[in-house]
Amino acid sequence: MNAPAPAAGLKPQLFKSDVKPVWCPGCGDYTVLSSVTKALAALEVRPENVAVVSGIGCSSRIPAYTTCYGFHGVHGRALAAATGLKVARPDLTVLAMGGDGDGYSIGGNHFLHACRRNVDLTYIVMDNRVYGMTKGQPSPTTEPDWDSKLAPHGTGLREFHPLVIALASGANFIARATSSDPNGTADLIAQAVRHPGFSFVEVLSPCVTFRPEQRNWKEMVHPAPVAPTDDAARAARRLMTDDGFNIGVLYAGHRKPYRPEMGRPAAEVAELETEFIL
Amino acid sequence: MTAKKKPARKTKRATPARKTAVRAVKRAAKPARAPSAAYADFMVQAYAMENDARDRYTEFAEQMDMHNNPDVARLFRKLARIEGLHAETIVREMGWSKPPARTEAWMWRHSEAPESAAPGDLHYLMQPYQALELALESERRAVSFFSGMTHSTAPVEVKRIAREMAAEEREHVRLIREWLKKFPKPERGWDQDPDPPQQSD
Repeated sequence: MNAPAPAAGLKPQLFKSDVKPVWCPGCGDYTVLSSVTKALAALEVRPENVAVVSGIGCSSRIPAYTTCYGFHGVHGRALAAATGLKVARPDLTVLAMGGDGDGYSIGGNHFLHACRRNVDLTYIVMDNRVYGMTKGQPSPTTEPDWDSKLAPHGTGLREFHPLVIALASGANFIARATSSDPNGTADLIAQAVRHPGFSFVEVLSPCVTFRPEQRNWKEMVHPAPVAPTDDAARAARRLMTDDGFNIGVLYAGHRKPYRPEMGRPAAEVAELETEFIL
Repeated sequence: MTAKKKPARKTKRATPARKTAVRAVKRAAKPARAPSAAYADFMVQAYAMENDARDRYTEFAEQMDMHNNPDVARLFRKLARIEGLHAETIVREMGWSKPPARTEAWMWRHSEAPESAAPGDLHYLMQPYQALELALESERRAVSFFSGMTHSTAPVEVKRIAREMAAEEREHVRLIREWLKKFPKPERGWDQDPDPPQQSD
């Protein structure tokens, strides 16, 4: 199947559905939604040629808020569904989206293998370092000393480093964005979609309810001081030593995307239907 | 016999949008000359700035609607309407048949337009006073942006229009300060929710 022709002059509003988000005011996910709609308009793809696939969690509600095809799936399984969809329908622009708990804990294994497979899709994680929907449990990216009622004195566990893991697992494009910069995030998402293979965009998206201190992230983020590299070893060194607030494209590789040869389907839908005709 | 009293002429209230529109009419009345590319580009940026601010306030209003905070929602919607009028005025003044496409050559340092309120500064229990404080901060950033242009190396005509726009934004700052006097400052503990979303012990 060929990619659809570009549709010029699209407005971000075209990608917003009539369903209004129920996120808390000030939540970074509002910005990510806005950035995705801006990116899709800039990419000149029509909503019917885009699929947004998610798992479970606050941020995973996002497919309902767009006019694209959406799949609000099973917890942690957004990447499995998105991979299958992209392999079956390579003509679609596929975005897998969700949060840090969904993507790095429940879906952690899918994350590794989605990076490894390098199917041409974009994974956007809204990382707020907490399980917000279930009222504030520590997630894989929560700092070990984050003290809360549900984890007194912190978990004491070293946090997961998604960008390093993505690189080590074979992701072809790695970027960090911030919800405090909607246009910058839109630009990074557009770059991620354009880049062939598995693109991973981690968005620092504060949870203002359970992690109100994350409102300060907007003061802490800064543009990455170096240009993106295609050298995985160099990117690894940078990612291992960065402060977690470098914003921009941090790695852009040249791995060939995985695209299996798809033979003719065993049966067309019309043929299947004939079996049910009485 | 007493002379028939002439009905008093209604005076229109000087809202920010109306003042902007009046200035636009005055600007348009000046001898027509094809705008230079630099001038047109600047106006595209100015349009994007107003448009982004309108979109941001609209999003804020929807968030407040969802969280049953109608007073603040109404205020954000009003601010969105004002920014929208400014954007429309620019389109009219430039004689554009339709709004211009976005350009990536942003004149502002960040990719976020200076007049757009920060998306992370909302709270579901916020009060109109705080919403106006957000708007005030945005207008101040707009003043700073346009004033900065007047001290830049931009062409003279761009500096002229930037000066006028800075004056308009200053007027908006003054008006929002006036509005602020009409709303009480939130008392200490305004964000205390007797039924908070956090899990209790």
